[in-house]
Order: sequence, then structure tokens, then C-alpha cells
Amino acid sequence: MLPKQEVVAMLLAGGQGSRLGVLTRNLAKPAVPYGGKYRIIDFPLSNCVNSGIETVGVLTQYQPLELNEYIGSGQPWDLDSMYGGVHVLPPYQRGKQSDWYKGTANAIYQNIRFIDRYNPEYVVVLSGDHIYKMDYAKMIAYHKEKKADCTIAVIEVPMEEASRFGILNTYEDGTIYEFDEKPAVPKSNKASMGIYVFTWSKMRKYLEADEADPNSSNDFGKNVLPAMLNAGEKMVAYQFSGYWKDVGTIGSLWESNMDLLDPNVPLDLSDESWKIYSRNPAMPPHYIASTAKVQNSLISEGCNVYGEVDFSVLFAGVYVAPGAVVKDSIIMPGARIEEGAVVQYAIVAENCVVSADSKIGARPEDIENKDEWGVAVLGAGCVLEPGTVVPPKAMIDAEEVAK
Amino acid sequence: MMIGNNVLGILFANVHDERVRELTEHRTLASVPVGGRYRLIDFPLSNMVNSGINKVGVITGNNYQSLMDHLGSGKSWDLSRKREGLYILPPFGADGTQLPNRVGSLASISRFLRNSKEEYVLISDCDFICNINYADVFSAHIENKADITMVYKYGKVPSYSTNANVITTSPDGRVVEMLIGPSVEGECNYGMNMYVMRRELLMKLVSECVSRNRYDFGREIIQQNLNALRIFGYEFTGYSTMVGSINSYFEANMALMLPKVREQLFDVNHPIYTKVRDDMPARYGLGSQVSNSLIADGCVIEGEVENCVIFRGVHVGKGAKLKNCVIMQDTVIGAGSNLNYVITDKDVVIQEDRTLMGFQSYPVFISKGSLV
Repeated sequence: MLPKQEVVAMLLAGGQGSRLGVLTRNLAKPAVPYGGKYRIIDFPLSNCVNSGIETVGVLTQYQPLELNEYIGSGQPWDLDSMYGGVHVLPPYQRGKQSDWYKGTANAIYQNIRFIDRYNPEYVVVLSGDHIYKMDYAKMIAYHKEKKADCTIAVIEVPMEEASRFGILNTYEDGTIYEFDEKPAVPKSNKASMGIYVFTWSKMRKYLEADEADPNSSNDFGKNVLPAMLNAGEKMVAYQFSGYWKDVGTIGSLWESNMDLLDPNVPLDLSDESWKIYSRNPAMPPHYIASTAKVQNSLISEGCNVYGEVDFSVLFAGVYVAPGAVVKDSIIMPGARIEEGAVVQYAIVAENCVVSADSKIGARPEDIENKDEWGVAVLGAGCVLEPGTVVPPKAMIDAEEVAK
Repeated sequence: MMIGNNVLGILFANVHDERVRELTEHRTLASVPVGGRYRLIDFPLSNMVNSGINKVGVITGNNYQSLMDHLGSGKSWDLSRKREGLYILPPFGADGTQLPNRVGSLASISRFLRNSKEEYVLISDCDFICNINYADVFSAHIENKADITMVYKYGKVPSYSTNANVITTSPDGRVVEMLIGPSVEGECNYGMNMYVMRRELLMKLVSECVSRNRYDFGREIIQQNLNALRIFGYEFTGYSTMVGSINSYFEANMALMLPKVREQLFDVNHPIYTKVRDDMPARYGLGSQVSNSLIADGCVIEGEVENCVIFRGVHVGKGAKLKNCVIMQDTVIGAGSNLNYVITDKDVVIQEDRTLMGFQSYPVFISKGSLV
């Protein structure tokens, strides 16, 4: 028996993130680079540590190689502790059968033994697809204060957008009486953030019941939470205010990166009291040459900038040649933008080479039919021929380029 | 091939402190910040680790708080290990001070040397910035059947260096003559204060020196033994620069603007490691103008920056103009201020609209935590 941990966090990191297209072809969504030096998973992991949660299980399934390697011993987040720490939990064989994780609830169900070893009072369930800073300790305190069985974090969204979210309808005291998944006519604007606190003894019971039900799709949102509500368990909404963004689509991933360039957006990553930790590359400071022009941008270590960079996010080790232009774009680690290339409204993934005079993406104001406009995406490792044109909204990966 | 476990690394953190008094007032030479995010010790320490050495002792005499803070457990250099790893060797004994010379320091760690099991030692000062593969030095040492191998470079001895070890080698590489601090015109071979030898031999030579009350490493251990021992030179031909004065410190930082220098120093296969700070990437504001500068993570640049090295977490306010400056960690440059040839130590605050002008041959130095 391990020393008791009051709280264990379980991070659902197994989803494919298919809406991110080529970016997640060989990479789990939580490992997608974000913000010049981070990966999405740095946010929930750092939030856990900053909230005093020392034991985190990361449930992986889809393309786990890079994610596993990134998490490693958990040392960058101080999660390499003696008893708790971070544990990567892939599906595994047991007895004669082996099961992939069938759904979010099933993923936790399959790891009941992992959680039981710590004998926790509470289990926090997190997902690896949002950018936000949140003190889970406050949410757990609220859960205790309300003597709840399940607490769900909610954020107020504009009423006109509410029909895109899972909406929670609550009484005045915050008790939930109804789940409304993507309602056509929303009754409230409290959107679920996909962050749950459960009292473990209760949750365990419902996970077992859910598993026993052959008709269940083993999903928290679809099955477990409604079952708890129907059985009359105490479920409350915990209101969060602050920056929170789902980065599950190309558009939202791009926007959320651009938010970092806007001083009016309330997402401060330089806050000493709530640092976002990440695995840092061993690279020198970046170099800005005298031919360069850099404004309104975020630039990471190891970059060499000789060209023009405006409203962009450059990850570690990016090279921008003299005469190259990068605007309103995200350039991921190790990519090269060569002479005369113009990259606009684009995401260029790791180690791509945008050869001389190529044109990637376009400004929305230059496109007549706005439906044809979108952020252009180059998947990891694309090496383009000089003079290649990649239209807006296009998505290319290295295999297609090779053809 | 260097077998890591068989070479013990020894670094002298305080030797040469007196050369850059401004910077070593509150720290060792080893922990002098350099190159936007590094400390001088990061270079020899990373070189050792990259060459397969996994046990390093850092000898320190005084002012070593910042060094301890920087090195921590050695994790950043992969030296936090169960087997071997990083050893910080502060003064030990009744008087609490360590002699500020290499022989005295080595004598004071005789127990550490005796208890180590590595057959060879590599000893180095922290005053050279370079990316050297010690495995090559070691191979040469074995091939030459040398007793001692000393690393040297060919070039002009820096004017501020008063006791350079200028050597003459025979065609097979053996050191036949060594002059200490001679006046030489033009270029010559001079030592980089890095030596490889058997651990047992080092212990023997040090105890002999101490018993005769002689404490000059160059004179007593190398020069005296040119005939008695097989002392070979190993020429390092890559980029290297010595930090020996505030001017050379300034030049060493400015040299990093040259792509060739950065390529050689920050070789991707032999990275230079340093303590991680988890700063966000540098942010450039509207109207920022930066040219020919090295800028670290965590900076916020809203003004004009030209020919500067800007360390982590520096804030350059709107309309501020920086030219030819080295700005260390967490310095705040107020809006509208104008600086030329200035070195600010850590945590300096330059208030709005201040003007500070140095000259290339005499950069103005602002000490740690000052408010201007």
C-alpha cells in the first residue's frame, strides 16, 4: 500500500484529435506544440502541480510515442516524486483479454487499481485539449464545501455560442438539474469545461455500473454523468472565470496562439506564481540579425531570424532567411523558412523546410470567397520544392509532398 | 573512445576571480553570467558531460552561493545521479578558507581525490568559453603515452593575461619549453588551463608541492617536470575566448553575434546546458526594433535594441534605445532611456528617460540590483 493521497488526477490524453488533421497524424493531441515552447499537456500538468496535486495518471492510447517521451519521468513539472508523480497509463492485457480504452469512462475504469493504490478521497478528471490556468485546489475545496459527489467546472460563454457547447442547467445554489449537450435553444450559458471532481467512492460505483451496462458507450458526458444525475447524486457546477480555450481545431489552435500576442487577453504565461512548465531544449538565446524586422511576436530560443516576422509565434530553433516573410503564423520547432518565401496565416509544423520563394497561405482580405479562406497547415517534416504554392485552408503532410 | 567512468572532472570555480572584480563581487568567476542565458561554468561542465565524464567535482573557495544556486543537484547537466554525478567542494577544515590557487585547492580535496576510483582526471579552470570534445584530448593523451596533456591554442596572448603559459612543442607534440607570462610579439601557443593526467600522478605531484610549500601549478607541476615527465600539448583549433577582464567579457558576449561563433559554440551534437528557468518565449511589442542581437526567453522587448546581448527576463520599455549593451537577467530598462556600451548586472532597474553612455574600450558597468 502506498501512502494515501487525498487527490489523484487522471488526464485523458488518448484521443486522436482528428480535427487537427496533419498535426496529429503521428502525434497525440496533448503533445501538439503550443505557444512557442509548450505542448498542450503542459497546461493541465502545470495546473496540477501548482494546485498541489502530486499524483497524475496520463491515459494514453493514440500515437503515444512522442507524448510518452515528452512526459518522461515528469521531472520538468516536478512530478518525479517518490510515491506519487506522473504515470503514463496505456491500455494493457489482462488475463485472456485485452481492451483498448472504449471511452473516457472505460479508460478510468480500466485503471481503478491504479487509483485504489493511493486510496484517494477525490479524483480529478482532466482532458488534454484546453489552454487555461486554473487552481484545481479551489475547485476541490468547493466540492467539499458543497458536500458534492461530482463537481463540474463551467465557464460562461456568449449566449449565441452556447449551442456549440455542453451546457449545464443549474439551480441558484449551483446544483445541476440538467445536462444539455449542444442545445438548439440553450437555457443557460454555463458551458462544461470537461474538468470534473468526483468523490472517489461514488465514482468507483458508477464506473462499475457503467461497465456492466452493455449498451453504454462508456463515456463520461453521455453515460456516467447522466446516470449519476438520474440517481439523484449531488452534482454541482463550479464557476471558473479567466482564459479557457479548446484548441481542438486548426482555427482555434491558431487563434489561441495569436491570443498570446494580444496584451488584452488574460493569459499571462510569465506569472511567477503560476508558471507553466515544459521540457526545455538546450539551445542558445535567439538571434535577430540586422536584416530582420520583428514585431508583435513571440520568439523562442535557438531561432535565427534574418527576415521579417510579424504577429507570429516562432518555436525553438526556427530559421527565417533574409528576405523571407512570416506573418500571422505559427512556426513549430526546427522549421526553416528560406529566402523569398512568404508564410501568411499558416501553421508550419516541426522540421518543415519552406524552400525559397514558396508561398504558404494568404491573408483573408486577399481572398474574394471567404469560404475558401482558412489557415494553411504543413504537417511535420514537409520539405517543399522552391516556389511551391500552398493555398489557404490547405493541409499537406510529408507523405503527400514526397509524392 | 573515452569511457566516462574512468575520468574524473575537476573544475576550479574561483581561480581568476580577481580578473573581473566587478562581476565577481558577489559570485565566483564560474557563475559569471554570459551569452544571454549561461554562466561561465556551463561551458566546461557541458563539455565534460558531452565527453562522457559523469563525475565532476567543483572546487570553490568563497562567494559560492550563486554557484550553488546555479548548479543545484546537477540535474540540468544530467549530473544528478546515483552513481557519481556532481560534487560541490567548498572549503573544509578549521580555517574555513581555501587557498585561491590550484595546488592549494587540490590539496584541500585530497580525500575526495583519493576516494574517487577513476583512473584519470581532467582539470580545468572556468575562464575559457569554448566547445571542446575532451574525448579527443583523452585519446591523444593515451596515444602519446603522455603523463600529462595540456590543451593549448594558437593565437595572440590577450593583453590582460599576465601569466599565460606559452609553450613550444616538438614535432611529435611534446612540450619542450614553457614560459610563464613572457612578453611575446605576435602569435604563439598558449595554454587553456585544461590538463589530463592520471589521478594518482596528480595526487603525488600536489603532495610533493605542498610538502615544499610551493603552490604555483604552472611553475611547480608543469614547468618543473618538462624533462621528468612526458608532457604533451593538444591544440584546440575551434572557437575559444578567454574571459580575463571586463573588456574581454564584453567582447566575448559580442562575439556571439557572429554566426560562425554560435555554430561552433552551440553545436547541436554537443549542446551547452544550463539551469532551466521555465520562462515564456521572448515577446516583441508593437514598434519594437531589434537588430543584430541575442535575446533570451522571458524578455519583453518594446523598444529599440541594436548589437546587444539580452539575458532572460529583461524588460525593455517603449522608446528605450539600447546599443552595444550586455543586459543581465531581470533588468528593467525604463521607457525612453538611452544606453550605449553599458553592462548591467542582474536585477538592475534603469528608470525612465535615463541616459548612460560608455565607450567601446570602457563599457559602463552597473552592479547587481542597482537603481539608476
